[in-house]
Amino acid sequence: MFSSRRSLRFSSFLALPALALLLAACGSEWNDPYPAEQRGQNILYSAFTERPKHLDPAQSYTEDEITFTAQIYEPPLQYHYLKRPYTLIPATATAVPVARLYDAEGRELPADAPADRVDHSVYEIRIKPGIRYQPHPAFAVDAGGAPRYADLDRARLAGIDTLSDFAETGSRELSADDYIYQIKRLAHPRLHSPIFGMMAERIVGLKELGATLAAAAKDLPQDGWLDLDRYPLAGVERVDAHTWRVTVRGKYPQFLYWLAMPFFAPIPREADRFYSQPGMAEKNLTLDWYPVGTGPYLLAENNPNSRMVLARNPNFHGETYPCEGEPGDAAAGLLADCGKPLPFIERAIFTREKESVPYWNKFLQGYYDASGISSDSFDQAVRLATGGDVQLTDEMLDKGIKLLTSVRASIFYMGFNMVDPVVGGLSEPARKLRQAISIAIDQEEFISIFMNGRGVPAMGPLPPGIFGYEDGEAGINPVVYRWRDGKERRRPLAEAQQLLAEAGWPNGRNARTGEPLVLYLDTTGGGMGDKSRLDWLTRQFAGLGIQLVVRSTDFNRFQEKLRKSSAQLYYIGWNADYPDPENFLFLLHGAEAKVKSGGENYANYQNAEYDRLFREVKDMDSGPERLVLIRRMLDIVRNDAPWVFGFHPKTYTLGHAWLANRKPTDVGNNILKYQRIDVPRRERLREEWNRPLLWPLAAGGAALLALLVPAVVGYRRRERSAALEKS
Amino acid sequence: MLAYILRRLLYALPILIGVNVITFALFFVVNTPDDMARMQLGVKRVTPEAIAAWKAERGYDKPLFVNTEASGTGLVTDTIFFTQSARMFVGDFGRAEDGRDISREITTRMGPSLAIALPTFVLGLMVTISLALLLAFFRASYLDFWGVVACVALMSISGLFYIIGGQFLISKLWKLVPISGYGGGLDAWKFLLLPVLIGVVSGIGSSTRWYRTIFLEEIGKDYVRTARAKGLAETVILFRHVLRNALIPILTGVVAVIPLLFMGSLLTESFFGVPGLGSYTIDAINAQDFAVVRAMVFIGSALYIVGLLFTDLSYALVDPRIRFDR
Repeated sequence: MFSSRRSLRFSSFLALPALALLLAACGSEWNDPYPAEQRGQNILYSAFTERPKHLDPAQSYTEDEITFTAQIYEPPLQYHYLKRPYTLIPATATAVPVARLYDAEGRELPADAPADRVDHSVYEIRIKPGIRYQPHPAFAVDAGGAPRYADLDRARLAGIDTLSDFAETGSRELSADDYIYQIKRLAHPRLHSPIFGMMAERIVGLKELGATLAAAAKDLPQDGWLDLDRYPLAGVERVDAHTWRVTVRGKYPQFLYWLAMPFFAPIPREADRFYSQPGMAEKNLTLDWYPVGTGPYLLAENNPNSRMVLARNPNFHGETYPCEGEPGDAAAGLLADCGKPLPFIERAIFTREKESVPYWNKFLQGYYDASGISSDSFDQAVRLATGGDVQLTDEMLDKGIKLLTSVRASIFYMGFNMVDPVVGGLSEPARKLRQAISIAIDQEEFISIFMNGRGVPAMGPLPPGIFGYEDGEAGINPVVYRWRDGKERRRPLAEAQQLLAEAGWPNGRNARTGEPLVLYLDTTGGGMGDKSRLDWLTRQFAGLGIQLVVRSTDFNRFQEKLRKSSAQLYYIGWNADYPDPENFLFLLHGAEAKVKSGGENYANYQNAEYDRLFREVKDMDSGPERLVLIRRMLDIVRNDAPWVFGFHPKTYTLGHAWLANRKPTDVGNNILKYQRIDVPRRERLREEWNRPLLWPLAAGGAALLALLVPAVVGYRRRERSAALEKS
Repeated sequence: MLAYILRRLLYALPILIGVNVITFALFFVVNTPDDMARMQLGVKRVTPEAIAAWKAERGYDKPLFVNTEASGTGLVTDTIFFTQSARMFVGDFGRAEDGRDISREITTRMGPSLAIALPTFVLGLMVTISLALLLAFFRASYLDFWGVVACVALMSISGLFYIIGGQFLISKLWKLVPISGYGGGLDAWKFLLLPVLIGVVSGIGSSTRWYRTIFLEEIGKDYVRTARAKGLAETVILFRHVLRNALIPILTGVVAVIPLLFMGSLLTESFFGVPGLGSYTIDAINAQDFAVVRAMVFIGSALYIVGLLFTDLSYALVDPRIRFDR
């Protein structure tokens, strides 16, 4: 009796987990991380690693954030999804505006007027009529047309935790006032817009508005509302309900690129007012948390610790898939959806994955539609064929996974501090020393060893895809490379040693005193801080007889050293804000020198001729004349070598066979609307790939039994045994 | 007992102030308010004016501990330390540097952390105590020997290995549960199964060995011999007598950590994509978000103090000889 009852309890105990699994796994895929009701739906599944900090378009400036904001907000312009080089096209605007140039006396100048004659430029932007905002409680009105939620307080907000808890929503048409309101928000003292300082120098009256608003905000309660409509902005003018003008100082063609960024997306005054009511911020009901836009998607769920959900905006004004692209786009199937209405996908669910291992495995199981390739999974995903071509492995090909590669509009470089007495300055010996180091650091080897080939050696500051970058012999850096057999070849180390000797450091020793040349590299713990990379770098310097001392520090101290110009050598990178050479060439402009002006020229490089050419180039339209000047600028920096031009990183992205219309883009971020999913195919393949293996459960149960049976037998034997053995 | 509890809570105040001072000093030795501003505003295109405005808005333009320019109480109160710390003692943690309400963030994240930590803790305790009693029962047998060997092996393996190995085997190879993720309501169980299982298994080695030692020490005592002489079954002796008498050392280690279960686990939550509190402090340190760091350290200290108080109180429950009345 005892044993049979115990056995029954015991087997029930064992069966419980198995039964629970069986009962709850209603579908065939037990490991499906999504609710069963989502099966068969037109949903894109993706992941994010870093939680977005700001979704307010006045503040948001990082890639983690723009993934979301770019689908929700619509600035006046956008980039063509398929055309390369990147081309601006209208988003909410009727056309890409053309700047009207004026001199100091207010006389209009021709479009090709030289920059020094231009006092200010005026951009008139006309938006398409009929564009409506996403449904939002800020637009809800009562029967009399008055705002429904305009007098909320903490008591009335009881029971409201998210935006969806508001019973009513509304919408209204987009107007020019909303764009003007947002430009004023850039000057709001409590928003700390990262581009305010820069835009204040450009947009007429923005600096003054910033000062006025700062004074007005002084006595404002913490979440008090500053009605920006009460503060005029001289440089921005409302022409009519759908037209507005911006006046910028001088000639500034890059302003058009800014008009394609969320910084210039419209913000309705009602929404700003709505979120400023008492008790809202305590519940995270802010514009920073719940965006209000006119774009193809709206933010349906915001839980940056776990999941962000974008849902199709029912009020989206409509747009069609492009019918033109680059050569090769048609063959790649990227024009197959020409003319079809956007967006294709109903919802996009972004799940936070902090670790690469679960992210990668869920992608392989089909639970994410696309993925990058981390170093851990690189060998599993791709292999390098003879000749350096990258190919997918058989495992990936069997799953129908597609590989997309692109060179990023970024550069990673090692900078010399040009005000340093040893490596800095424009003297011939210093220049030769830097040139020698540039040759000695073998970027090709670095890319091969440490980046799995995911990079392109840089020939100058401009990355591929940016106007001024040239392929082939015309584009090589002749200081570091030679053109031989149809390919660039790094100059031999002997030439670097020769240059070093000419610089007064034969074999890395001072020609006069015989003292060894010791250089110092400042670095942070992450990035270049990895020991193996630093050992490799030390060996590159040792090839010239130079002793490299690595000074690792934390990020704050590293930045401080750069600001104070106390670093001799350092590694740093730059991602393009917009696809114009000015956005890279300015990194070496004397006026941007870190130590003098706190700008982005960390090398503190200053060359009068380069600066003169930069001032010309930055305001020119891209064309043959601009190209000639850029070539001269590149020649100067290659010869002066203030940077060891490192590499332009390459991104490798994988996508499942069911995900269509994906093209890598570095500056256009509103890409979700173009993508399409073959849902039935995804369902079929997911089911095929994720059939559970049940035998381990049975084996586990059997193993547990095998362990417990002897224990039970032993227990019973011991219980029945006598206290003392008979001798 | 009430007087004892009140006295202990009063003792907690200077401890919390001390912890706060140390946290504050350590944080600002490494990060200056300028660094914090740069981190929040981004390194690209940030101007000195923007940094000054950011600091002024949050009160980071004040002196750290003593404001020599102020008079009276302002000498102490018009400082970063006072303005950032005083409110916490009334439960107001303010906002994170990115504008989010910290109390709300903690409340939201606490649930997922507890959803993993609580079952792991309870199941782990049940499993390890049962195993330890089993080994104590079979003491000096092959089962005991190999059981201890297994415990040593289990405790020698890194926690990360359990996680990655468990994910690989159970989720990737056998496809029995999702690799990572989190869901609310009835959906939650399928995400909790694997982290709880791994949490329990990874804790078996060290806890079982520790409890076995306690039980073995207890088993050798006279009252156990008396119980055996009375003819009580060994299970009754173990569960009714030995376990109860061995509870004091067990409670010392166990009760103190109960309140800390709210704080979650960094590794488990990161690998399983659980939106809990485990990484909140680390993320805040990386983001130089002092508001969150000081709030989490404060809560951690307060919970630890509460845990120790519970431990003391629990002694009285398991041992009638212990009284808190004078």
